[in-house]
Amino acid sequence: MLYSEKVMDHFRNPRNLGTMEDADAVGEVGNAKCGDIMRIYLKIKDDIITDVKFITFGCGSAIASSSMATEMIKGKPVSEALQLSNKAVVEALEGLPAHKLHCSVLAEEAVKAAVKDYYDKNGIAYDKEQFKQGPTCACGDH
Amino acid sequence: MTEQKLIYVDNSATTKMSQAAVDAMLPYLAEFYGNPSSLHSVGQRAAEAITLARAQIAACLDCTPQEIYFTSGGSEADNQALLSAAMIGERKGKKHIISTAIEHHAVLHTLRRLQKQGFEVTLLDAHQDGLVRPEELAAAIRPDTCLVSVMFANNEIGTIQPIEEIGRICKEKGVMFHTDAVQAVGHIPVSVQKAQADFLALSAHKFHGPKGIGVLYAKKGIPLTNLIEGGAQERGKRAGTENIPAIMGMAAALKEACDHLDENAAKMRAMRDRLIEGLSVIPHSTVNGDHVKRLPGNVNMCFEGIEGESLLLLLDDKGICASSGSACTSGSLDPSHVLLAIGLPHEVAHGSLRLSLSEENTMEEMEYIIKAVPEVVAYLRAISPIWHDLEEGKKNHVI
Repeated sequence: MLYSEKVMDHFRNPRNLGTMEDADAVGEVGNAKCGDIMRIYLKIKDDIITDVKFITFGCGSAIASSSMATEMIKGKPVSEALQLSNKAVVEALEGLPAHKLHCSVLAEEAVKAAVKDYYDKNGIAYDKEQFKQGPTCACGDH
Repeated sequence: MTEQKLIYVDNSATTKMSQAAVDAMLPYLAEFYGNPSSLHSVGQRAAEAITLARAQIAACLDCTPQEIYFTSGGSEADNQALLSAAMIGERKGKKHIISTAIEHHAVLHTLRRLQKQGFEVTLLDAHQDGLVRPEELAAAIRPDTCLVSVMFANNEIGTIQPIEEIGRICKEKGVMFHTDAVQAVGHIPVSVQKAQADFLALSAHKFHGPKGIGVLYAKKGIPLTNLIEGGAQERGKRAGTENIPAIMGMAAALKEACDHLDENAAKMRAMRDRLIEGLSVIPHSTVNGDHVKRLPGNVNMCFEGIEGESLLLLLDDKGICASSGSACTSGSLDPSHVLLAIGLPHEVAHGSLRLSLSEENTMEEMEYIIKAVPEVVAYLRAISPIWHDLEEGKKNHVI
């Protein structure tokens, strides 16, 4: 099997799947050319992520990574969500094939992009260094 | 859960072995195990079998048995054809090769290797319909061109190239001609005489034969360059004790395929056309490759706004085994070079689906696929940010 059972479970039964009309923040990362785009919606109350939704264009591991990331940040303080690493997503998924690791990076960056949107919309000061994005996509041509 | 039937529509990847091929192989595994190079009766029994198989295969390809070289498969045959032709060209100071942008990597990667050795390579455009234009080939041939290599039929989009015209042009201009016929042999008529080919590559497992065995046809009088040294097998051109069971299986499979070529093709064509008709109702979809000059069993489509690997995994859950040219399934970062070469943008090429049929498929299976694919496409579009943007008019549809 290409994927772990955990990946297949999150791919077949994604958690928190869908869009959100009244989201407090939205983050989107990725590129159609590379073949994966993730969009994460957050509902935030008193700095706690009370609800989260996502939609993803991409392969099995991209959908599973988004699903896992949303599950890991739901109910958590915004500052904690910001600490979510791609490594933690991979571990929670019980591993990803080497050439699919960038999907977990995308999930981490989607969460960060959503938090950044929340900070921007609410005039909350933040350390810009925290949101420095590496090359999201491995295509290397944009 | 109810018992799910498996629908195998990935026959361009590989096929199930036919009973005739299995039956032909079995005696040569345990009973007639001799080495054909041995002089004793056990060895000679094996040698006789190979002689028979070689003659059978030659008859199917319209050539003589002496022009058949057994290889480990299509890739090896392609490699040896190109490297042999390059060596011949080099001796005459001709270091230009013409091929196409949609060849299999067995050809493209070998050409890349030759480029590093100082050869110049021109890749012909395959246009939007996936077909090369003979007049463009004629115009590309130069005094220093030693070889033209054009695949008989494409493995992804199924387009059948104007091989006889290409062969005629090569003959007129005195240039050697190789055709990678891995997807064609056993499915459509292939004659090396009509093609006027100097080299041809085929692979047994694409027509219900065993894996790990193929043929390089090389026209009489053409000196081959060895890839493997070490023995007198294959008239000294391919060392290594012959894989007799596989050779016997290949010959049986090819004979069966050639004997039933027309009826199998007609059956597959009907299923192919029904699939294309049924799946084309999906909005923002497109059929890749020419509709007419197309392998009888090939369907290749793109669905906008979705990614191919997810599509394959969900179809697999529904019992449908297919393939895609998306980057994620190709194991590289780019989608299929064939889909890009026929002008599809990356984001569309990612959403490709290839269904490749065999005569063992049924119309009932086609109807199941026609029901299943739109459901999966609709689900994946519903969860795709690209599709949402397209629907909301934030992006323009490409197809």
